[in-house]
Amino acid sequence: MTTSINTLPLKDRLLSLFYENLPHIKGNATPAANRLREMALAAFERQGFPNPKMENWRFSDISQLLETEFAFDFHNQSRPFDIEKIFTCDVYDLDTFSVTLLNGWFVYKNAPLTRLSNGTIIGSLAKAMEVYPEIVDEYLGKAASAEKSGLVALNTAFIQDGLFIYVPEGVTLEKPIQLINIVDSQVPLLLQPRHMLIAEKGSNVTLVNCDHSLTHNVSLTNTVMEVFAHPEAIVDHYKIQNKGKNSALFTNTFFHLQKKSQVSSNIITLNGGFTRNNLHVTLQETETHADLNGLYLVDRNQHVDNQVFIDHAAQGCFSNQLFKGILDDQARAVFSGKIMVRREAQQTLAYQNNKNLLLTDEAKVNTQPHLEIYADDVKCSHGATVGQLDPEAMFYLRSRGISEKSARQLMMLAFADEVVQKISIEALRQRIGSMVERRLKGELSICDQCVLHCNDKGPTTFNIDMSKI
Amino acid sequence: MLSIKDLSVSINGKTILDGFNLEVKAGEVHAIMGPNGTGKSTLASVIAGRDMFDVDRGEITYRGQNLLEMAPEIRAREGIFLGFQYPVEIPGVSMASFMRTAINEKRKHLGLEPMSGAEFLKLMEEKKKLVEIHSKLTNRSVNEGFSGGEKKKNEIFQMALLEPRLAILDETDSGLDIDALKVVANGVNKLRSPENATIIITHYQRLLDFIIPDYVHVLFDGRIVKSGDKSLALELESKGYEWVKKEANMAAAH
Repeated sequence: MTTSINTLPLKDRLLSLFYENLPHIKGNATPAANRLREMALAAFERQGFPNPKMENWRFSDISQLLETEFAFDFHNQSRPFDIEKIFTCDVYDLDTFSVTLLNGWFVYKNAPLTRLSNGTIIGSLAKAMEVYPEIVDEYLGKAASAEKSGLVALNTAFIQDGLFIYVPEGVTLEKPIQLINIVDSQVPLLLQPRHMLIAEKGSNVTLVNCDHSLTHNVSLTNTVMEVFAHPEAIVDHYKIQNKGKNSALFTNTFFHLQKKSQVSSNIITLNGGFTRNNLHVTLQETETHADLNGLYLVDRNQHVDNQVFIDHAAQGCFSNQLFKGILDDQARAVFSGKIMVRREAQQTLAYQNNKNLLLTDEAKVNTQPHLEIYADDVKCSHGATVGQLDPEAMFYLRSRGISEKSARQLMMLAFADEVVQKISIEALRQRIGSMVERRLKGELSICDQCVLHCNDKGPTTFNIDMSKI
Repeated sequence: MLSIKDLSVSINGKTILDGFNLEVKAGEVHAIMGPNGTGKSTLASVIAGRDMFDVDRGEITYRGQNLLEMAPEIRAREGIFLGFQYPVEIPGVSMASFMRTAINEKRKHLGLEPMSGAEFLKLMEEKKKLVEIHSKLTNRSVNEGFSGGEKKKNEIFQMALLEPRLAILDETDSGLDIDALKVVANGVNKLRSPENATIIITHYQRLLDFIIPDYVHVLFDGRIVKSGDKSLALELESKGYEWVKKEANMAAAH
């Protein structure tokens, strides 16, 4: 059943929907999760949706988007289901442990929750709340604060399902876990998956997160993910965003790092109508390491906004931010990177770089570095560039017989490659590299991984009827 | 092969070449010498197709075609090569993908099948020896982190790969020590043939000890004021450019 929400402003509609559906939303969630959701609702009521009057939303106006009459799936409509029948992802045939969310709900072939022989648990958050309530309660909402963000508050109030990963102490997962988020709906849909990843002491896990849409309808995804890296854990996170022009994606990702843990975050935005990535990294304990990379390739009226907040709260930690973007047509990009170095965070190394290539006069980028430093023994740097393709280099390439078009592509690829080279798994690096290459050659659309090939047929009219599967 | 007639070129309204004439035939090596700021590099750039200059008058014919109407990449595919005075660093573009793209675009232009990866790597190894490049070039970005000498060697290496009909070497000798100079000259000499031609642009006579030109021209105030054989280069070396300047000014006064 899909509940439609009408007439009132979206905020008010969501508030009333919350109370109407509360018994159902609470479902089998843990009591602690339900207490958290009520506090979060109050926080959402107080903060509402972001607006351009807020400092970090100055360049990203979502007011028009919020006028959409969104529907909301309170009920899991998915049944055990074979994703390969409707969708193949470019990264898919990598050797991964693959899981899928359809419209925010976990879909599965065999079981909603898998426990591997090494003790790793992968599966549906809804199910994890029933089977492992003590783990969920220990972490849920601990990294993502509803008090500071209306979007996090909204997601938290409506927590129902998402991905749950628990990696026990000392376990190294050889295969990356791949999460495919698919939106497919006949009506404009608002969905709010909630993910958590717990990497226990000394464990090692790679998560590849692909966001896709199979529909040309408007959709709004407001996702929250909390990642907990215990001492000496290594977490690599890749987000590949390839969504339709009518889809809006808000991702709120929180990393919490304990002593000597290492995380990398790689956000690759290939397509998307409106994309906002909020990345919040807390270096809570000493000698942690965070590598935060981003690449956005946008054209037409696409809008991508990356906001990074890195909190150096302990001594001897390292962070590096490298975000690069290529903007064509009237595309718009925003980057804001804040480095906070607290008084106790001596011997901090914190670097930030945002580089942009504008291919037209109409493309626009706003980039803002912020440094807030309270310790005295630190090395911090930030840099931002906005430029065009170097005409000297263009002429050099052309003078060797390379066409203007090929020369542009070579240079754009070279520009993007700095971020692609940060990907440590070779197979993944090659795959993402080839997606970037095809995107820059204009050969990658949002639909060509999809077996439906709706590109040839115009907007898709395909509807997955779950009851028949 | 190349015929330049009455060429006048300006940039931002300032005339640089003014009534320049030059004829180059297959098999010939021409040296163009002259003091700084007389238009030597402009000449090289205009032949290669750089669009920052305005051609106000005159014509350039290359193998019977109007060169000025051709895009730089078409000129290159038709066999023109410019060895840059300041080779450009292009971070992220590997030498291998750069040269392979260039060779295959040229081959396509000539109606030939693209070269396979293996063939290309073999060719690269072969040509590297010619200019005594020992480092692994394949994965290095174009000119990035190259020393001055390496950059110039790299120009000759690219020339060897592309096998041009007409090579223009713009101050290829500047900034080279004597060993590198010999390597570069040796590379150029090995590529000389009755079918191709070379224009060497230089300030000093030094390179011409190793690459013996058929003709030496002195460029002054945007035009050739004196031409001769290789002995002219030696004369210039001993008498200096003041000597031709005086002659040119006297001729202008008459």
